[in-house]
Amino acid sequence: MDVLDTVWRLLALLVAFLVLPLLVGQLEHKVMAHMQGRLGPMYAGGFHGWAQLVADGVKFAQKEDVVPARADRRVFQLAPAVALLPYLLVLVAVPVAPHGGVVQALDAGLFFVLAVLGVGVLGSLMGGWASANKYSLLGGMRTAAQLMAYELPMLLAAASVAMAAGTLSLPGILAEWEWWWLPWQIVGGFVFFVAGLAELHRPPFDAPVADSEIIFGAYTEYTGLRFALFLLAEYAGIVVVSALTAVLFLGGWHGPFADGLGWVWTLLKTAVLSFVVIWLRVSYPRLRADQIQRFAWTVLVPLALAQIALTGVVKVVLS
Amino acid sequence: MTHVPSVPLAAGHPGFLSPTGVEIAFVLVGVVALGAAVATVTTRQLVHAALWLVVALGGVAVEYLLLTAEFIAWVQVLIYVGSVVVLLLFGLMLTRAPIGRSPEADSGNRPAALTVAGGAAVLLVVLVVDAFRSTWIRLDVPAAGSTRLTGEALFRNWVLPFEALSVLLLAALVGAIVLSRRQGASAAPPEAAGTSEDGGR
Repeated sequence: MDVLDTVWRLLALLVAFLVLPLLVGQLEHKVMAHMQGRLGPMYAGGFHGWAQLVADGVKFAQKEDVVPARADRRVFQLAPAVALLPYLLVLVAVPVAPHGGVVQALDAGLFFVLAVLGVGVLGSLMGGWASANKYSLLGGMRTAAQLMAYELPMLLAAASVAMAAGTLSLPGILAEWEWWWLPWQIVGGFVFFVAGLAELHRPPFDAPVADSEIIFGAYTEYTGLRFALFLLAEYAGIVVVSALTAVLFLGGWHGPFADGLGWVWTLLKTAVLSFVVIWLRVSYPRLRADQIQRFAWTVLVPLALAQIALTGVVKVVLS
Repeated sequence: MTHVPSVPLAAGHPGFLSPTGVEIAFVLVGVVALGAAVATVTTRQLVHAALWLVVALGGVAVEYLLLTAEFIAWVQVLIYVGSVVVLLLFGLMLTRAPIGRSPEADSGNRPAALTVAGGAAVLLVVLVVDAFRSTWIRLDVPAAGSTRLTGEALFRNWVLPFEALSVLLLAALVGAIVLSRRQGASAAPPEAAGTSEDGGR
């Protein structure tokens, strides 16, 4: 791998990181609007309001960057970066196409991805604590409780795929993938996707940012560009969780003409899952904090353990 | 390196002089991790201590990475930064996490803590230096810290200690459940015992 190749890969990664979350954001505007019998943004940019999020970004950049007087200044200002950067790092290890279509193949890529995803939540915790606001603190506490409940089923579901493939490397998992893994690992895929939604605070798991109860949770005191960074982190999180679910459970770049069009399949599967994330937001009411805990411990953890047992049995029978 | 011909053991060894880039990075990251660890125990703000701990633990993870132990490095980030520190922060937020200094958190045990920490540090440094004095990581063979080799070592040579540890953790888990249920039962009236499943949440 020479220097020029590396630079190209990093550049492509950066472009994907800047463009895909905005596409998901615009998709959310339009899909939500049409599901609710509205049109959504129509004016910015001319054609169906395609430039609405660009205009939003300009608006956020012009707003004053306020830090509350009694807040912990440095932690408050650092929090958005801690929330956003892990998602950029995760994309480094996600394979997009066959034959080296990944920025950096890691030996323990699955662990890298899950570990770095967990760090992103620290940003919400830091913001919630440093804001010196009761609602923010409540949001931070709910975030932490939710993360601890859903980290375990997510790890177990991912471990099931690693067991099936016999490797922790994401390109390695895709190289082993066969079409019948789809029904075999479907329960694990459900657990992984739902736990991912909960870690992102997406509805129906948005109790940490419930606007009718605690305003906007950990992000209540943020304004301007820092607030925009938190929003960007949420959309980048949707892209990352959808891409990971597609890679681990839906076969990533596998599909007809995978040699040439593998990256199209990855993007298509990611886009469909992102659509499902938005669909769920429009369809389901918010779960209470205790319902969220009960769902994780009494539904997702047993399901994930059953999936691991099934994976082990099938693996032993086949070998 | 003037004595190389006279000492056959040192012939194939890289020296401590003229360090490579990896070695320089290792020392720099080590300094950062050490500084963050010192800041963890000297800062007077409770939550800042937890956040400095994140830096220290992350620094240790990078050190593992530089020693080619990739799997251990990511497990370190996953367990310690992603879960243990989040649990710490959660505990602090639940009880008291004031913004600003917390002078009442000083217990006066500073000399004793310093003695124990210094003793443990000296012991570990002597042990590690003595054990790995002339061991060098070979980069031309598969890394000893790769997932496959770590798994083979763990489940072939060290499977008994591994299982003993998991039994220990299971015992701790059961103990925690028993403790939390007993307190809930004694605090609540006896007829509420039927609903104690909800108390375990």
